[in-house]
Amino acid sequence: MVGLQHFLTLGAVIFAIGFFGAVTKRNLVVVLMCIELMFNAVNIVVVAMSRYLVPLAMQRAPDSTDAAVAQTLLTGQVFAVFVITVAAAEVALALGIVIAIYRTRRTADTNELKLMSR
Amino acid sequence: MTPSGLEQSTAFTVIWWVVAAMSVIAATLVVRLKDVLRAALALVGVFISVVFLFFMLNAELLAVAQLLIYGGAISILIIFAVLLTRDVHEGSPSNALQVPAFLLSAGLLAVMTFVINNTDWKLLSAARLAPAAQERAAEVFANSTPWLAGLLMRQFVLPFEVASVLLLAAVIGALALLREE
Repeated sequence: MVGLQHFLTLGAVIFAIGFFGAVTKRNLVVVLMCIELMFNAVNIVVVAMSRYLVPLAMQRAPDSTDAAVAQTLLTGQVFAVFVITVAAAEVALALGIVIAIYRTRRTADTNELKLMSR
Repeated sequence: MTPSGLEQSTAFTVIWWVVAAMSVIAATLVVRLKDVLRAALALVGVFISVVFLFFMLNAELLAVAQLLIYGGAISILIIFAVLLTRDVHEGSPSNALQVPAFLLSAGLLAVMTFVINNTDWKLLSAARLAPAAQERAAEVFANSTPWLAGLLMRQFVLPFEVASVLLLAAVIGALALLREE
């Protein structure tokens, strides 16, 4: 039977793969793609937690049928909404930066871009 | 408690393992493939399998948003960036950090797995809730979109509005970056 731990482990695996790629890849676009992998892993984790765990408001009021208490079950989904929004903004800006760098320096290789090293 | 017996069913388990295998294989391909365009297509595979995972977690609105924003907009943006910055002979090489990065991410994965399996999770299925409260929780997950909208528009209305300002700033910033001088 699939439970919370399965979803969390899957998220951890995808996060680790994305982290590995983001650190090792030399193409800037591939680095961005790996960062997107990490965002998706986090989204899986927050939505799974929202689905399987009891929010604090419900733990404190186990008898309550109040809508304000019941809706806290979906807090993780709200977090995922904001992660998706921020990821969209991040992709738009980061790809703009990548293309601007490529246009001026004719490369998207992280080993060639060392403006900040002496 | 579950809204239905769906999560105990064998079909749910089988579909979960298929989707999980699909997402992990696609994620590995993103990191391993030499051709950047193929890696971008594998990334779309990860996005689509996350859509299935969201549906399995009763997050219908998020599943549709994921399909539209990640499967549609972000993947198109990334593929455009691949096409605009393409170095055919270079592909997707790795830097000299491959071994330490592998050890670091394997260690990270080990720590995360340990924490996941040894935390005392306060599971909804094991919570001692009143029957009426259990019914309420089942109702929230059976019909999650209006409940999510209510939460977003009441408790989280300030971050919701700030997110729109963030998106506007990102669009203006991207335009300013790419404007011809």
